[in-house]
Amino acid sequence: MTHAAWLLPALPALAAVLGLFAGTRVAGGPAVPALAGTGVAFVVSLLLLGAVEGSPATVHESAVAWTPIGGQTLHVGTRVDGLVAVVAVMVCVVALLVQVYSTAYMAGDPRYSVYAAEVSLFTAAMLLVVVASNLFELLVGWELMGLCSYLLVGHYWQTEGARAAAVKAFVTTRFGDAAFLIGIFVVGGHAGSFEIGDVVRSPGSHGAVLTAGAVLLLGGVIGKSAQFPLHVWLPDAMAGPTPISALIHAATMVAAGIFVVARLYPVFLAAPVALTVLGIIACITMLGAALVALAEDDLKRVLAWSTVSQLAYMAAGLAVRGWTAGIYHLLTHAAFKALLFLAAGSVLRTVGTNLMSEMGGLRRAMPVTFVTALVGAAALAGLPPFAGAFSKDGILDAAHERGGALGTAVYAVGLATVLVTAAYVTRMVVRTFLGDYRGNAQTRLHESPLVMTAPLVLLATAAVGLGLPVLPDGWGVARWLDAPLGTTELHVAAGGVALSTGLVLLAGAAVYALWRRNPAADPVAVLGRARRPLAAAFGVDAFYDRAIVRPLHALARGVLRVDDGGLDAAVEGSGATASGLGGGLRRLQNGNVQAYASGLVIAVLALVIGVSLAVAR
Amino acid sequence: MHLSMALLLSALLFGVGVYGVLARRNAIALLMAVELMLNAANLDLVAFDAWFKDTLHAGQVFALFVVVVAAAEVGVGLAIVLAVFRLRETVAVDELRQLADVDPVVRVDADS
Repeated sequence: MTHAAWLLPALPALAAVLGLFAGTRVAGGPAVPALAGTGVAFVVSLLLLGAVEGSPATVHESAVAWTPIGGQTLHVGTRVDGLVAVVAVMVCVVALLVQVYSTAYMAGDPRYSVYAAEVSLFTAAMLLVVVASNLFELLVGWELMGLCSYLLVGHYWQTEGARAAAVKAFVTTRFGDAAFLIGIFVVGGHAGSFEIGDVVRSPGSHGAVLTAGAVLLLGGVIGKSAQFPLHVWLPDAMAGPTPISALIHAATMVAAGIFVVARLYPVFLAAPVALTVLGIIACITMLGAALVALAEDDLKRVLAWSTVSQLAYMAAGLAVRGWTAGIYHLLTHAAFKALLFLAAGSVLRTVGTNLMSEMGGLRRAMPVTFVTALVGAAALAGLPPFAGAFSKDGILDAAHERGGALGTAVYAVGLATVLVTAAYVTRMVVRTFLGDYRGNAQTRLHESPLVMTAPLVLLATAAVGLGLPVLPDGWGVARWLDAPLGTTELHVAAGGVALSTGLVLLAGAAVYALWRRNPAADPVAVLGRARRPLAAAFGVDAFYDRAIVRPLHALARGVLRVDDGGLDAAVEGSGATASGLGGGLRRLQNGNVQAYASGLVIAVLALVIGVSLAVAR
Repeated sequence: MHLSMALLLSALLFGVGVYGVLARRNAIALLMAVELMLNAANLDLVAFDAWFKDTLHAGQVFALFVVVVAAAEVGVGLAIVLAVFRLRETVAVDELRQLADVDPVVRVDADS
């Protein structure tokens, strides 16, 4: 079965090609190839999961030689182990549900055909990253995802905001990818091979070269996974259709960064400096993004900032050697974040606005969306028995066990973030679903169709169900996940869960009480003037605008001026000069043969006289 | 007879030829004027040959060459004049100006 892993990226890619070139001519419409491709890939991923169960450490590799590069042969192929199978299932489930949901959400969109094909391509690219056996193969999928995010974020390209967001997402992640590419060269050169198997087998000495390579790889990771300081693209990427946000935030793109760190974990273990850098970045991102989410009014942007914050949890988990906990959080997060985004899409489609100040009281009109969103919110806040609680606590426990300055910092910041997370989640729920309706939608508010609510219910089940395997002492996920040597086992301590649950309830109750005092007002108004820097995302965007964007624009204008006034003027001036000089000579060619002959005679006479005078002297 | 007499005659003939080429409108008169100039040169060649008493008589040989070439040239020239007359019904050279550069050439550059 594991030899068929190449089908995982191949099937959605085939669906994408079919959809792009013949989407509207397929019997049954463009949704058919998209659903079929992702659906079959889902079945393949399930079979793969069955094949690796119980022996997650066994690596199944199959590759064919592709091309020789500088003394060694580049292979393309698949490398399957427990981690790959689990992540592949996660990607396929979310992608399939997004495709199903999109058939209703994007109904009537004139570019649905292209949209569905691009989602398939996105899925194929992520699955290529997941199963790749070679760093360059991985890079191909990695860059394809950058392209797909550009295309899909810019789906509504007739709006200025979508175009700007698409370019921002592409350029920001490309910035990290430049470092990633050099990192691949350094790490692969150090290992003497670009096969992932060889790279992780012998990280070799703990040298400066390996550390440099690992830190460079981190550049690409923080770009893709939207960590500080390259996090700015993710909230803006909300300009795309909502199902795309679910796909980007749960299954593809941002998950790829965390996945690559987990995949190449022995490299990072051999370079502790890189892990420390990752931990520091994660601490800053975790708390900062959660605070920004607290002050944001746009429902989708609240979720985007929460993704940034939750990804920082995973990065922190990996940084403190909580490998299993980090991956477990990746899985649970995929379930509840896809759920929250699809629920948000259901809400936005009904009320026609993204702003929470124009929502409220939607629990009566949209009961299914309300209940499922509540499950997702509880999982995001980390309330047991919902999945997020255990995975988050696993990370905090790993940080506690790691100890030292880094472990303590991650633990403290993680607990503080739990508090803030609970606060913004509660605010989001009460502002959207409770109280009275504050908007002015003309149509009657109604529940979304079954095609949209069914994925919500399935994901809500997953958001609960993914937490359950942890409860018995088998530590369910360990059946599929084989942690690399030197990492901490997944622990969920009762004391830890009690502590974080207490924090969640405390913050939630506080926000709820604030809201009850005045249900029409925003609970976060209590922060007063401290709210302004939060709503401005600590001015990072403004700073980048001043420090990078505007100087670059000024430089570009200067270059343009030099080009127009200097280079172009020189070229055009020489042309004009030649034309002017030629214009004078053209007059002589008047067609009269005798005039030419006269010129000839005069010239010969002048020559003779001149030479005679010169000789006579 | 002194050499200078021959040279003077030759220069006069050449001057008449130049005048004819530059001033006459009739194409046939033009050809005749060219003929005068060629023969002025021939006169010079023969005169110098006699003056320097050249044993090989190179001047006379050259003069014969020039006569032959001039005959060929007149043949070609008259044929052209005939063709022009059939086409244009005129042999006035100042009316045959089709090769003049009259229309401005279109400038091809980035601004056009």
